[in-house]
Amino acid sequence: MHQVARADIDWKALREDFPILRQQIRGHPLIYFDNAATSQKPRRVLDALRHYYEHENANVHRGLHELSLRATEAYENARQRVASYLGAASADEIVFTRGTTESINLVAQAWGGKFLRDGDVILLTEMEHHSNLVPWQLLAEGTGARLRFVPVRDDGSLALEQLPSLLTPEVKLFAFTHISNSLGTINPVAELCRKARAVGALSLVDAAQSAGHLPINVRELGCDFLAFSGHKMCAPTGIGALYGRAEILDSLPPWHGGGEMIVSVTLEKSAFKKAPHRFEAGTPNIAGAIGLAAAIDYIEGIGRPAIFEHDAHLAGYAAERLAELPGMRMLGPSGQRGALVGFVMDAAHPHDLTTFADQYGLAMRGGHHCNQPLMRRFGVTGTTRASFYFYNTKAEIDRMIEILRAAVRFFS
Amino acid sequence: MSLELEELYQDVILDHSRRPRNFGNLADAAVLVHGDNPACGDEIHLGVKFGPDGGLQDIKFTGHGCAISQASASLMTAKLKGKSRVEVMEMLRAFHDLVTSETAEAPKMLGDLRLMQGVRKFPQRVKCAMLAWRAVEQALRQSAGESIISTETDFVTP
Repeated sequence: MHQVARADIDWKALREDFPILRQQIRGHPLIYFDNAATSQKPRRVLDALRHYYEHENANVHRGLHELSLRATEAYENARQRVASYLGAASADEIVFTRGTTESINLVAQAWGGKFLRDGDVILLTEMEHHSNLVPWQLLAEGTGARLRFVPVRDDGSLALEQLPSLLTPEVKLFAFTHISNSLGTINPVAELCRKARAVGALSLVDAAQSAGHLPINVRELGCDFLAFSGHKMCAPTGIGALYGRAEILDSLPPWHGGGEMIVSVTLEKSAFKKAPHRFEAGTPNIAGAIGLAAAIDYIEGIGRPAIFEHDAHLAGYAAERLAELPGMRMLGPSGQRGALVGFVMDAAHPHDLTTFADQYGLAMRGGHHCNQPLMRRFGVTGTTRASFYFYNTKAEIDRMIEILRAAVRFFS
Repeated sequence: MSLELEELYQDVILDHSRRPRNFGNLADAAVLVHGDNPACGDEIHLGVKFGPDGGLQDIKFTGHGCAISQASASLMTAKLKGKSRVEVMEMLRAFHDLVTSETAEAPKMLGDLRLMQGVRKFPQRVKCAMLAWRAVEQALRQSAGESIISTETDFVTP
């Protein structure tokens, strides 16, 4: 990994790029620790959206006029930008979607619908977000395929010693998260993809929590599919992408029918474009794609290795400080973790804690985080989660500790 | 400390959440309702016993959840014990208005339940406050047996 010292970057100055962070909530400076849910947007992304609507707005791939050409070029450039960001071999391997959830549903319906048979197995893990669980449950119901799960150890890591008995030849796809959105666990993606391939299974990586946080190269990881959302990495909501290895993507049937995805249409039948356009029926989220490209430019301007180092440092510091509080139980790994900490406190329920914190301008999330099976696994109904990004500071974490201390006094 | 927080978590409410009244299993319950709030995993198990006149002769609950849902269940059971069906439904409507409406004046018949008025400033917490009431509503509806409800279910009352 190319190392950039995080000390060389003026992180405080980066905060100025995010207009929303300047505000006060109920008389307190906003502390935004809900980045795993969605990140804030820098001015550069907001400007790109405005510029597009003021200068280039038109529909893509069909108009022969100047604006349509500009919009098409910007949209396809964005696809190229995503491809290079992920290390894909070609822009044709990038399908624009609404986000991680839609990307996974695309694979479940287009790939699963065509290739999955009764008796086949989809291997998942116990730590999957509902978005990487429910689409497979629906697919299993429709095809007779079965689901299997890699258990999670007490320390929040995957029980990899059980893989040999789980990853058998009936497994057609191994779908797993890169970084757990509740535990912060960083999974060994390359190793998991390699093991899947060894039994002839495809691999799908849910990169929702990693795409904006650490360097990703799909060819080095060796995955067949990778799904992510733009809105968790400085881009607008409603845009994301699916990476699919060309050979596989080309073998899949369409999943949504409509304009833009066809070559020719008669009243009886249609011929479809090649991937990725085959999977993008209707007018796409053009502005979103352009916003995503701007977000990538912005993130690359800082550098993902530096962001990862900065966020890991923050998360480590948060875990260290949280451990000082009475009646504290943190979930997830004790060592290296993604940019979040999930915890429960004896003093108060997560909803009471987050309501209390919100009164002091501290935005955290309380609840099951779309991880109900995982919460059951750890014997809790929910947690409080503080999740970070590069614009967060240690001073903000110190303030969180003060607020949590006040909450302990209040509720005890 | 903000005024809103103090209104939401009044001393009486915190006291009921720490030491809920009527907490436990009702051995000879006629109805047992399991209610949950899927948004947060809060659960209530409400047992109800009806008297010869059909009123709530006894009511107890178990479960776990946030301070608001626990205190609401505790205050509710204390208030509803011995009440007729008509009175319970009146209070259910009045309590719903209390925690959702900005303008309604808290009716006197709610007694201590009026302390829950602070919830109206926190719309995302209304379901926490209503969980126990939804369970009692279901108990009245079925009169006997066991059932499951959630805060996402549609209800007859507002």
